[in-house]
Amino acid sequence: MSLMAMLSLVISSTLVYSAPLIFTSIGGTFSERSGVVNVGLEGIMGMGAFASVVFNLTFADQFGAATPWLSLLAGAVVGLVFSLLHAVATVTLRADHIISGTVINLMAPALGVFLIKVLYGKGQTEPITQDFGYTTVPGLSKIPVLGQLFFEKTSGPAWLAILVAVASWYIIFKTKFGLRLRSVGENPQAADTLGLNVARLRYSGVMLSGLLGGIGGAVVAQSISLNYSASTIVGQGFMAMAAMIFGRWNPIGALGASLFFGLSQSLAVIGAQLPGLNNVPSIWLQIAPYVFTIIVLVFFFGKTKAPKADGVNYIKAA
Amino acid sequence: MTVQKNSLSIALFSILFGLIVGAIIMLVFGYNPISGYVALIGSAFGSMQNIGGVFTQMTPLILTALGFTIAQTAGFFNIGLSGQALAGWVGSVWYALSFPDMPAYLMIPSVLILGTALGGLAGAIPGWLRAQFGASEVIVTIMMNYILLFLGNDILQNTMSKTIKESAETTKQVGSNASLQVKWLTDITQGSSISTGIFIAFIMTIVVWFIMTKTTLGFEIRSVGLNPDAARYAGMSAKRNAVIAMTMSGGLAGLAGTIEGLGNYLNFFTQNGSPAIGFDGMAVALLGGGSYLGVLGAAAIFSVLKIGGLGMPMTSGVPFELVDIVTASIIFFVGARYLIMVMQARVSAMDEKAAVATANKKAANTTSKKDNSHQKGGE
Repeated sequence: MSLMAMLSLVISSTLVYSAPLIFTSIGGTFSERSGVVNVGLEGIMGMGAFASVVFNLTFADQFGAATPWLSLLAGAVVGLVFSLLHAVATVTLRADHIISGTVINLMAPALGVFLIKVLYGKGQTEPITQDFGYTTVPGLSKIPVLGQLFFEKTSGPAWLAILVAVASWYIIFKTKFGLRLRSVGENPQAADTLGLNVARLRYSGVMLSGLLGGIGGAVVAQSISLNYSASTIVGQGFMAMAAMIFGRWNPIGALGASLFFGLSQSLAVIGAQLPGLNNVPSIWLQIAPYVFTIIVLVFFFGKTKAPKADGVNYIKAA
Repeated sequence: MTVQKNSLSIALFSILFGLIVGAIIMLVFGYNPISGYVALIGSAFGSMQNIGGVFTQMTPLILTALGFTIAQTAGFFNIGLSGQALAGWVGSVWYALSFPDMPAYLMIPSVLILGTALGGLAGAIPGWLRAQFGASEVIVTIMMNYILLFLGNDILQNTMSKTIKESAETTKQVGSNASLQVKWLTDITQGSSISTGIFIAFIMTIVVWFIMTKTTLGFEIRSVGLNPDAARYAGMSAKRNAVIAMTMSGGLAGLAGTIEGLGNYLNFFTQNGSPAIGFDGMAVALLGGGSYLGVLGAAAIFSVLKIGGLGMPMTSGVPFELVDIVTASIIFFVGARYLIMVMQARVSAMDEKAAVATANKKAANTTSKKDNSHQKGGE
């Protein structure tokens, strides 16, 4: 295999595996910046995956190649609606954030499979006919060398995810909304005193995590698993949560962490095709990403610091 | 006392509301909720075998839930119970199969200790990394779940000798010297896979309750969880307690995995994902509301629903997943206890109002003839 071909294989599969993590970890960042811990990302991704597959199977004939992108929207909407459960529980009903997130994680696969059984009469769907496949970015792919590596036959959703990461960084750190969101996550009382609506800001943080988590799930379903069953989303949500913490609650950090996880996961998958790695026992390739993560976390990052009021309910004095 | 009574009533209301949510979902999708729930109860309690199944289901959940509770008391979120349980499961089955001739009185205690120790080790690592380096235990335990899952499968497929394996994907059954199943229990329950593990789980509940509420160690763990700075000021070592709490938490999960291996399945087989007992145990702990007695009750309810749910598709056509939705809803209402408390407060306020109104009426009736204006002032 030529070096070029090898590099482009590694890059494209890294992007494929990173894309869902990027979306979801940034979603988590919005939620936790507003002060709502979201361990329910896994469940939200599951609902997004469910919705996108159902939409895809139903409308593939009408929309053709545009179907996966429209299904992404379906996943986003359903993820957002589902995340409202978490918002209502934590913000309005003062529930413990971990409990509510666990409910989301228990509920999502059960509800998804239940509905699949009602709709299709069996526990998993048919494979979808229109998936993301590989996209070639027009224009950029003409750049010599780099174009071929990064923009030819690459993952469309991953590039969208990277744009979302940059936009999210801008929103969180450079806009009024972002400042307000961060302030209710750090010190809700002070924010309230200054006239901010803590509940509304926290709702928007959670809903953004639902939107992006739903997209993340839809990306998994339509570029990796290609159908929906109870095992479509197994652990990606927790990986995204880890990426969010790893990225220190910063969208660009979350992007970097997700790319790192995506690279190591993809090496476990494509390692057998790469010279040098194909002699390593597969178990080492399988566990390497997780061992590296722990090592990097311990030796290079150390203490991670969550937003100060993350997970703390704000109860306004009556 | 009032708090306990209140949390019991919250639990009962949550169960009721959860069942109502399930009934609504069944109605919406055209199933008959009554026949659905009748099928559930009928299946959970219909035969001694199924009752045995409920106990089999409960056993590991009690232990993992206790483990989660200890970590939570110390201020940690141990999301790695699955991996810790898996470590105990693989290790204990491997050990038991490697010494088929060891007498049971040596085998059983040593294998239980081994499984617990493996789980404890798997818990101690994130505890130590957190205490020493400040590395988030959430990330480390998530990563360790994957590492232990892949390692467990790899040990089964590539390291275990062919002589103790049934196929590439399954080990042989453990011998009677290591099995926790006993004849009288199996006979009573018509051949269910109930084992003496359930008694181990009950005993551990008492042991954990005792350690956490009656000993210095328990006091220190609780203090560190409540306020690490204050605990350190009082001369307690936050680091030492962090490691101990996570070791105990992982050890209980490891014991749960051991009992799954030697009491329930009697073998180990390739796992597609982390064992569900970890995450379900977390749910049970949350349902139990952090109380040790609550954990037992929550594990019982969770298991009745699970086993009952298995019978639902056959008799009523309702997909099995409905019970998971019900379980999740119950935990939702436990979490959102504020909702129930507000409702209870409203109801009792209405009661009081009514009581006051009737009292006033009575008083008014008796006094109205004598002095009418005085009553008005009293309002």
